[in-house]
Amino acid sequence: MSSILVYAELSEGKLASTSLELMAKARELGDVYAVALGAGAKAAAATLGKHGAKAVHVSEDAAFDDYIAEPATDAVAALTEKEKPDAILFGFTPDSREVAGRLAARLGTGLISNASDLVAEGGGFVARVPYFGGAKVASMKANGKPAIVLIRPKSFEASETGGTAEVKDLGVAVSDSSKRAHIVERVAEASEKVKLEDARVVVSGGRGLGGPQNFPMLEDLADALGGAVGASRAVVDAGWVPYSMQVGQTGKSVRPGVYIAVGISGAMQHTVGMKTSKVIIAINKDAEAPIMKMADLGVVGDALKIVPALTAAVKKKKNG
Amino acid sequence: MKIVVTVKQVPDPNATHTLEGDNTLSREKEAVLDPGDECGVEEGLQLKEAHGGEVVLVSMGPERAKDAIRKGLSMGADRAILITDAALAGADALLTARALAAAIKGESPDLVICATESYDGSTGMVPPMLAELLGVPQLTFAKKVEIDGSTVKIHRQTADGYQIIEAPTPALVTVTAAIAEPRYASLKGIMAARSKEIKQVGFADLGVDKGEPAETIEGVVDAEARKAGEVIEDDGTAVDKIVQVLTTAKVL
Ligand SMILES: Cc1cc2nc3c(=O)[nH]c(=O)nc-3n(C[C@H](O)[C@H](O)[C@H](O)COP(=O)(O)OP(=O)(O)OC[C@H]3O[C@@H](n4cnc5c(N)ncnc54)[C@H](O)[C@@H]3O)c2cc1C
Ligand SMILES: Nc1ncnc2c1ncn2[C@@H]1O[C@H](COP(=O)(O)O)[C@@H](O)[C@H]1O
Repeated sequence: MSSILVYAELSEGKLASTSLELMAKARELGDVYAVALGAGAKAAAATLGKHGAKAVHVSEDAAFDDYIAEPATDAVAALTEKEKPDAILFGFTPDSREVAGRLAARLGTGLISNASDLVAEGGGFVARVPYFGGAKVASMKANGKPAIVLIRPKSFEASETGGTAEVKDLGVAVSDSSKRAHIVERVAEASEKVKLEDARVVVSGGRGLGGPQNFPMLEDLADALGGAVGASRAVVDAGWVPYSMQVGQTGKSVRPGVYIAVGISGAMQHTVGMKTSKVIIAINKDAEAPIMKMADLGVVGDALKIVPALTAAVKKKKNG
Repeated sequence: MKIVVTVKQVPDPNATHTLEGDNTLSREKEAVLDPGDECGVEEGLQLKEAHGGEVVLVSMGPERAKDAIRKGLSMGADRAILITDAALAGADALLTARALAAAIKGESPDLVICATESYDGSTGMVPPMLAELLGVPQLTFAKKVEIDGSTVKIHRQTADGYQIIEAPTPALVTVTAAIAEPRYASLKGIMAARSKEIKQVGFADLGVDKGEPAETIEGVVDAEARKAGEVIEDDGTAVDKIVQVLTTAKVL
């Protein structure tokens, strides 16, 4: 049986949902244990246990929250030395990828980044990696020992198996030499009512909305549906909405029950972040836009007219 | 202050790409300086303008990568190093980072600037690997960079806002496209770039351990496409149709 180490990402005491998605995959591949670092690690261990971790190595040293990458790299490197996992899984998220990169360089093994799936094959691991913005998928055999693989968020569905993890104190002291890139302040800009990544309905807007003044229209619709608002990179780059709303290759991955793309052409770099949505609805005035070829329902028309009418109809249906 | 900016030549994002028989990207098409690295060059130049010093470009790639380097030089960078060697063809992120690290060590910069991820590789792994190999802290996803004596301070873009990060130099910073609008090269800049030095080094000059590639590509297939559904003109009934789909999907 292979041994799989999952790097459980904590941010301000909260376990990242991606880590639980990784657990679901890791269980298929072998015996799973995890490492959780920083505030909330012990509470996270209980959750990880329910998702199939046999053991969780924890440390609640504040250095893991306050300094970027280096303390975590030291800890995972020491753990790897001791436990010799066959594979280490990271989420392809900003925080995890920094640790994974440093770790692979330190261990001298290299890694596979941006994977969308991982399978056991011939005694090793083969990752599926989308490229060209998701048009092609490559099968890559991991040569590293351990195999270090970064997997895109929302690639798998998290599910509980109902177990209990043994909590093991990591017992490493973070050295002062690793306390360098210091987070001195956290500034929250977006006060999201519903988290984009976890919303069951996402209404995303693109350049077709014509300008930032029309984005509140999408908020009204999202509110009526209990969902969240996303955006294409074109409008984020144009400064209409903050980066936190960007969906796609260089933004967030989402997998809602319904994704409504409004005035978005459907470039591959965008669709790679939303194409696993259960139902896709597109509103676009161009019947030839690529998004129309992947939507379950494509509506050819003017978004500025359709969206307010749709919001009204949704409200009416809910109240009536 | 000495600033190294890593720059990569990539296939033009506006062209269509093809694969070679060995599953590597065809490099024959139009190639350009990575748009992300263009932002890195711009930020390097702005820091130099504020604090003095030198901007050195470091790149690994085939000889034709000189075209991309020239672009950075014509924007205003001072000189460049190109690591080029047949032995490095198809290098993975770790080998790339090892080669870049060896060349950068020789420069002992105060600051190394990379883009958060390349347009073509998109692994985002070269910068953290490079930081580890150089033994410096990494400050990533910067949308703003400030230098104060021997401290570098950035605004790091996060999912719901930003963090303010500080570290002592030498350090490595990765920048997002939000950092700065790259300048256009002036005619004067283009002329001046012709006489700027591009030092070419081979793999053997670097004394790097080649190591094993992290992965072996076993095959490439077209991604599974979603099936197209129904496309309707908005003839006044579209809203009803959408409501119907929302209801079937149980979100209404
Ligand atoms: C390395 C790299 C990474 C990238 N990462 C991302 C990413 O993470 N996310 C992302 O989204 N993009 C990303 N992109 C950019 C991507 O390639 C596209 O440029 C971008 O998604 C286009 O945004 P858009 O659809 O809003 O704009 P456009 O492509 O300009 O499309 C606008 C659409 O609106 C329609 N329209 C116009 N008016 C109306 C109207 N009144 N009513 C209805 N429809 C209308 C038009 O028909 C058109 O289809 C990336 C690109 C690169 C090179
Ligand atoms: N061959 C290369 N030459 C110079 N810089 C590179 C090279 N590969 C990657 N980089 C740098 O690292 C960044 C991230 O690349 P990647 O890790 O491939 O996504 C790039 O934008 C460059 O700044």
